[in-house]
Amino acid sequence: MTTWLPEPVTEPLPALLPVIALAGVTKTYRGGSLEVHALRGITLQIEAGEYVAVMGPSGSGKSTLMNILGCLDVPSAGTYHLAGEDVSRMSEDQLAEVRNRRIGFVFQQFNLLPSLSAWRNVEIPLMYAGVPRHERRELALAALDRVGLADRAEHRPGELSGGQQQRVAVARALVGGPDLILADEPTGNLDSASSADVLGLLSELHGTGRTLVLITHEEEIAATAGRMIRMRDGYAGEPLETYR
Amino acid sequence: MSWADTLRTGLDAIRSHRLRSGLTMLGILIGIAAVILTVGLGIGAQRQVSAQVQALGTNLLIVSPGSSTGTGGVRGGFGSASTLTQADAVALGSRAAAPDVAAVAATSSTSAILQNGATNWTTSVVGTSPSWLSVRARKMTSGRFLSTSDDRSVAAVAVLGSSTATELFGPVDPVGQSITIDGKPFGVIGVLAATGSTGATNEDDQAIIPMSTAQQRVIGGSSRTSVQTIYVQAASSQVMSAAYQETESLLLALHGIDTAASADFTVTSQQSLVSAASSVDKTLTILLAGIAAISLLVGGIGVMNIMLVSVTERIREIGLRKALGARPRLIRRQFLVEASVLGLAGGVLGAAVGILGAHLLPAVISNPIAVSVPAVVGSIAVALAVGLGFGVYPAGRAARLAPIDALRSD
Repeated sequence: MTTWLPEPVTEPLPALLPVIALAGVTKTYRGGSLEVHALRGITLQIEAGEYVAVMGPSGSGKSTLMNILGCLDVPSAGTYHLAGEDVSRMSEDQLAEVRNRRIGFVFQQFNLLPSLSAWRNVEIPLMYAGVPRHERRELALAALDRVGLADRAEHRPGELSGGQQQRVAVARALVGGPDLILADEPTGNLDSASSADVLGLLSELHGTGRTLVLITHEEEIAATAGRMIRMRDGYAGEPLETYR
Repeated sequence: MSWADTLRTGLDAIRSHRLRSGLTMLGILIGIAAVILTVGLGIGAQRQVSAQVQALGTNLLIVSPGSSTGTGGVRGGFGSASTLTQADAVALGSRAAAPDVAAVAATSSTSAILQNGATNWTTSVVGTSPSWLSVRARKMTSGRFLSTSDDRSVAAVAVLGSSTATELFGPVDPVGQSITIDGKPFGVIGVLAATGSTGATNEDDQAIIPMSTAQQRVIGGSSRTSVQTIYVQAASSQVMSAAYQETESLLLALHGIDTAASADFTVTSQQSLVSAASSVDKTLTILLAGIAAISLLVGGIGVMNIMLVSVTERIREIGLRKALGARPRLIRRQFLVEASVLGLAGGVLGAAVGILGAHLLPAVISNPIAVSVPAVVGSIAVALAVGLGFGVYPAGRAARLAPIDALRSD
């Protein structure tokens, strides 16, 4: 299936400014007397238009990295610049705005609201951005069209297959025209046909200039990305070889 | 995010949990309906009592024989004595002795069997003076009322209450017909207009005869010279207390009693009857409204409980909304709107049930229920406030959830 993907809604970033710039980021969780060092000092940059896979076994700290990249959590130390803005010391309200404006999430569990139709799910980020209702509908329908689900706009998640649900989630991630699409194990709950479908869609998005970060523990899936970052015991490193 | 969006989101959430939302509303609904019905019952009862008392006449003082002090110092209770006499009534009617008294009517009544041919009817026969009609603010539908010459001549004439007339004569006009009262023949000279009385004493079921006739022919015995009640009408509502003073001091003087405390009669004003009756009703209303308020409180706690469950159950949704850019303030607002909508809907439905009950229940319980508009509006406002108030804590909890913790939970 080929999908027509228009340009991102927001202005593209200046070419030289990295979308993501982490410098010495650590994250330590305190559970009682126990200290867990989830991230032990990560420094990395991701440029605009890159497709990066973050790979590692469970417990390697990749979920923590994902939370920090997604502005769902803040680092214990170090700085994080997202599209030029320092987000590492932002308040909760500011983080909410950054998530809304800059990041599109795709989750393993799809995280669609079961009582809302596909387009009502897709419009949620626009609602929090303060876009008027009639514009939201148009943008949501356009985003659904982009993922090939224009004819499913009024269907509820329960009436869609797993692959289709994840496509709705992708439409929701890109509807606001974010600088970064963050996909956390997007194929973890899908059969292999649907997985290929969703990965193809993500590759297409990358093809139109989107910046993508894909988190996975599967080598094969990571191989679809342009660059791979391996995580182990809270450290990140570039792999020996780069898949293309 | 606009308020319309917040409201729409809240309504979606309520709609997607219909049963739970309905049960939550039910708690508020019952509370509000109970408040409206109990307040309505209280107001209805007060109106009924005051209507009954007002129906006695206007600016009335009611003198009843009171506690009697016997020769041995034994004191009887209210109404035990036959201390009031026709002479007392005549004295009260004197302009010189009681200038603020406009009219006086003494009554003396007994139960008697009335007969029209083969039809008989037992009711109270009241002996009184011609002034009774105006003092008690009654009207005639046909014939005439008693006259002074009837009283002077101890005439065997009777005026019938409307129910009594119907019982004895059916649809026939009884004026000019004759009946017997305890076997003694009487001519019917008039029929009283109906009052629609529903009280303990039916004002429409009685026969009125001249006082002299009652004392000499019907009542008899040792109580023949005494009267049971003297109705004193004050000249105007402004001089009620003056008339009260005059009545009391004149009767004390006539009965040779020094202090008001040992009086052998009781003077009651219409106003004191109303306030005595309504103070009882008020206590009852407060009690019932208190129970209703407690049920409303329980309803409110129900809202809080359900909202807390809802926050826990929708922890993923909250996390997702936060990840998609909802600020804590918007999450709080969404849950507050949900709780308020539950409260408001419960309130409106409760008001509807209450108003419906106020129209249907009187047929079953025979008490009037007044629908009070301020009570309806007030209780809907209270329901909204209950929803909002008990929604604050759960909404705050939802707003404080960290997006990662919320998204992580399965």
